[in-house]
Amino acid sequence: MSNLEIITFALGGLTIGSALMVILSQHPVRSVMYLILTFFMISANYILMNAQFIAIVNIIVYAGAIMVLLLFVLMLLNLSKDNEPKSTLSMKLAAILAGGSLMTVLVAAVKDAVVAPITEVSANQQGLVESLGQLLFTKYVLPFEISSILFISAMVGAVLLAKREKQIID
Amino acid sequence: MDTGLLLEKTILVLIVFAVTLFAAAYQTYMERKVAAWMQDRVGPDRAGPFGILQPIADAGKLFFKEDFIPANADKWLFIMGPGIAMFTAAITGAVIPWGPPLEIMGRTVSLQIADINIGVLFVMGIASIGVYGIMIGGWASNNKFSLFSAIRASSQMISYELAMGVSVITVVLMSGSLSLNEIVAQQHGMNWNVWYQPLCFLVFFICSVAECNRAPFDMAECESELIGGYHTEYGSMKMGFYLFAEYVNLFVSSAIIAALFFGGYNFPGMDNFSGNTLAIIGTLVFLFKILFFIFVFMWIRWTLPRFRYDQLMHLGWKKLIPISLINLVISALVIAFSYGWFNSKPANAVKSSEVEDVAVVSVAQQDNSFKTNFNN
Repeated sequence: MSNLEIITFALGGLTIGSALMVILSQHPVRSVMYLILTFFMISANYILMNAQFIAIVNIIVYAGAIMVLLLFVLMLLNLSKDNEPKSTLSMKLAAILAGGSLMTVLVAAVKDAVVAPITEVSANQQGLVESLGQLLFTKYVLPFEISSILFISAMVGAVLLAKREKQIID
Repeated sequence: MDTGLLLEKTILVLIVFAVTLFAAAYQTYMERKVAAWMQDRVGPDRAGPFGILQPIADAGKLFFKEDFIPANADKWLFIMGPGIAMFTAAITGAVIPWGPPLEIMGRTVSLQIADINIGVLFVMGIASIGVYGIMIGGWASNNKFSLFSAIRASSQMISYELAMGVSVITVVLMSGSLSLNEIVAQQHGMNWNVWYQPLCFLVFFICSVAECNRAPFDMAECESELIGGYHTEYGSMKMGFYLFAEYVNLFVSSAIIAALFFGGYNFPGMDNFSGNTLAIIGTLVFLFKILFFIFVFMWIRWTLPRFRYDQLMHLGWKKLIPISLINLVISALVIAFSYGWFNSKPANAVKSSEVEDVAVVSVAQQDNSFKTNFNN
């Protein structure tokens, strides 16, 4: 095996391993720690594909902002085994439905996958900021704008929900 | 792999790490001396002449203290906390260009450990994960005050990161590059970014004070409400690591401010020098700028009282973010006008389909010409 293949397989194994630890870990805060580790592993995979911009944005957005908020909420909840919510029949049904649809997507994705040789991509400029920007603002400008409108509507919704109670702070 | 490259990078990593730790150790001494000076006291003067050995005495004392872990603490996370704090504080030094390239035995040695093309984003990424050290340590201590501190620290850091990010985007717009090396190189001589973006600098500076958890933003460790904050339960060198990480952060933040806004290693009249002389003088100038900003941080700490928590959030969300956003929009408009992007026939704009290095270089050149136009 070449060096690149060894790195790819080791990184892939570590990524899947840390992702598995997220669901196998008993403690919620440790689960979050493993999830953060998983995001770092995914970023490492991006760097292997020469997509440095996406790798670092993944760390800034997911590891740096979203996971901090998740940890924040978990710390306030003080989760332990005593006050774990009881699972009802409808919750179990919903879980089976969600898991089944995820399985369908996975099967559909794996069905068409081909085992191709791993090649090095560092020679081209793909994934760097300039080429990404060019693609985003020319070929994919419509999806890009639509997703930004989606973000704005989510933000407006959050502000609206938070403002329902009149608060006076000076 | 090139052995010479490996060797020079290893030596550079060791030097930068040693300098960072040395600077952090002597910042504790400097802080106490500055505080003493501002309060008309003498300050530490027992250990060695002028108390110059005080940091060594402090570190020695911390090493010999009992390493205590509270009974109900989460042991592994309790140990991990200070480690993460130290790691995230020290790693940012890897992308800072410390000086112009040196020439040693026919090799051009870049005084930057890693010239990655997204250097600015790397700094922002590390700043955004820097809060984990405090959060994990505060939570794992299993102490209500530590938990309060962890929550305060995380919400404060997330709030100030936004304004910080927007002001960094403004600088990136000005220089047309995400590489710290290039941003510094474009501020040749006295062509510093602070002359073009004073407001942006102010926002960035305030945010970095908040990100460093320094007074007047040290809500996370305000001793009158939270005992010691997130490091209440820590002792020995684990607490030493937290305190040390704070000073490493201070050093690195000063370096980033100096690099982004005050020209890094550039100084007026640098064209009179060349080669190794320039590299050495440039590095010394950069270190002097860092020292100046460290002093400003300390000056602020011993002058201003602490904010109230809601005032802190008010300043972050309702003042700094709108100011930096408006500044960003105005800068973008001015840059777009000076490029002629609003004309039907772009005068010297880059062809939209080209994604080559040539395009990037011409953007950089246009930026310089924009700056000189702006100057005249």
